[in-house]
Amino acid sequence: MLFTSYSFVLFVAAVLLLYYIVPRKFQWPLLLVASYYFYYCADTKGRYLLFITVTSVVTWICGIVMDKIGTEGDAYVKAHKADLSKEERKAYKAQVKHKKNMVLLLSLLITIGILAVTKYTNFVITNINSFLKPGNAIRAMDIIVPLGISFYTFQAASYLIDVSRGTIKSEKNFFKMALFVSYFPQLVQGPISRFGDLSQTLYEPHKFELNGFGRGLIRILWGYFKKLVIADRIMIAIKPMITITDKYFGTYVFIAMLFYAFELYCDFTGGIDITIGISECMGIKLKENFILPYFSKNVKEYWNRWHITMGTWFTDYIFYPLSVSPRMLKLSKWSRSHLGDKLGKRVTVYLSCFLVWLATGVWHGAAWNFIVWGLANYVIIMVSQELEPLYAKFHGKFHLKDKPGYAMFEICRTIFIMSCIRLFDCYRNVPLTFKMIGSMFTKANLKVYVDGSLMELGLTAADYTVLVIGFIIVLGVGVYKAQTKKDVRTELSKNIPLFCLVCVLLVISVAVLGAYGNGYDSTQFIYNQF
Amino acid sequence: MEELLEILRDLHSDVDYDTCETLVDDRIIDSFDIISIVAEVDDRLDVSIPAEEIIPENFNSAKALWALIERLEND
Repeated sequence: MLFTSYSFVLFVAAVLLLYYIVPRKFQWPLLLVASYYFYYCADTKGRYLLFITVTSVVTWICGIVMDKIGTEGDAYVKAHKADLSKEERKAYKAQVKHKKNMVLLLSLLITIGILAVTKYTNFVITNINSFLKPGNAIRAMDIIVPLGISFYTFQAASYLIDVSRGTIKSEKNFFKMALFVSYFPQLVQGPISRFGDLSQTLYEPHKFELNGFGRGLIRILWGYFKKLVIADRIMIAIKPMITITDKYFGTYVFIAMLFYAFELYCDFTGGIDITIGISECMGIKLKENFILPYFSKNVKEYWNRWHITMGTWFTDYIFYPLSVSPRMLKLSKWSRSHLGDKLGKRVTVYLSCFLVWLATGVWHGAAWNFIVWGLANYVIIMVSQELEPLYAKFHGKFHLKDKPGYAMFEICRTIFIMSCIRLFDCYRNVPLTFKMIGSMFTKANLKVYVDGSLMELGLTAADYTVLVIGFIIVLGVGVYKAQTKKDVRTELSKNIPLFCLVCVLLVISVAVLGAYGNGYDSTQFIYNQF
Repeated sequence: MEELLEILRDLHSDVDYDTCETLVDDRIIDSFDIISIVAEVDDRLDVSIPAEEIIPENFNSAKALWALIERLEND
């Protein structure tokens, strides 16, 4: 049941209706049933359900066990505070922490192990085969990759780590845990929620509120507009440009790069708008996943604004624990004493950062393209970090920060860099991607802009017109938000007739201009595959 | 506290650590700075700051960071 299918729209309408009909104490159980039904529809053989249930059970049991170890440990320390010396107390706490860590390790081995086996086994086999003679090649395995497994596994892992750290209490009710892991609007592409943020709003009863419902509805429509009117339409033109590479190189790569940047933005933020909108209709608040990422002035800032819940997950659960681990601190001390304070300080940060970006690349997909993409991000961020003092000097000397247009240059530069490395998503392998990026600079053929070649990519003049109008609307909303710091929906809701008019226009746009019919393929959201 | 202020001033000398209470929220210090602070605190004050304590509330001001160090010392 794709988010873009009629059956999904009917399903959500039925869930919303039932959500406000059933007694409020049954609202969250209803969401659990709906979530499991949604997941069952994705694989009617029930295999996906089996995977997600195993993850939920393991997460639930291990959470309770870790919580119990921690609570008993705290109670013991409290009861024997007077009898224990500071060192004894520390040693006991370390013992408790070790026990919890063992349970955490076991739980992560199972949950992340499932993700690793289902998603990466064939990738590993393919790479091993490249070293073997053809006759000795290992056969690829027929393994299913459950829908949204990267997202729900990370969500479960964040819960387990938080319980082990003692920052949240464990959830005793298995069904509530199952809902946290499987909550259907965010199951397939996030945002990756934390238990501490989501649990209360997910389980508490919600009264119908017209304002909240309206805000949710308009956000859903805005999401569908971006996905169906823009992303699915522009995809038609991108497809030939990234597959027929002997014909579409040079300037076409530049065009494909910009088109893909626009498609991915509309596709991913559109999907998240639908997710957050559905939740808002039920009074459930989810974390924002984007804050105008294409208005970022550098790559570091971009990653603070794009796919925020994934970025903070990697920062909180990999970057910080790695960087402040005793071994890393020891390495930091060693490097500072041997390499000098300035350079030595950076060694651990750069090492942790490398591992984080490697993991980010691997998380995105079982292919070298994603790994190289992750490492390209790493290189750019590190180079920018190193060049920061130079930039500061340069800006100071020429007073560039005060010059109008410089901020625009920085924004365009960031969009170009990010779009360029994102081409690794598009082409079928790493060497080809490098070749195509190279051709953008060496084989530019500017004639394609004017000789009608763009009309041979599967889009008509009417399609381009729709895309240009769509671009202006999306850009206009972004600029309004960035300049006024105001929420568009809040402003619209102050004028009810205007609010209703926008809703009607969005419905008509999606119904009339949505990319349906011959030649179009209302596809999955791009992030579903991750 | 003076030692901590010295660590912080080494990172960003232009920040008024006596009054600023939004070091993380306003992105005056980023994750790289935080790691440097943790390493320096470990080295110079002999206090280990675990990953779970790296939250904005603990790093938003010099005062909050000092309170964290004292708490970890007495823990």
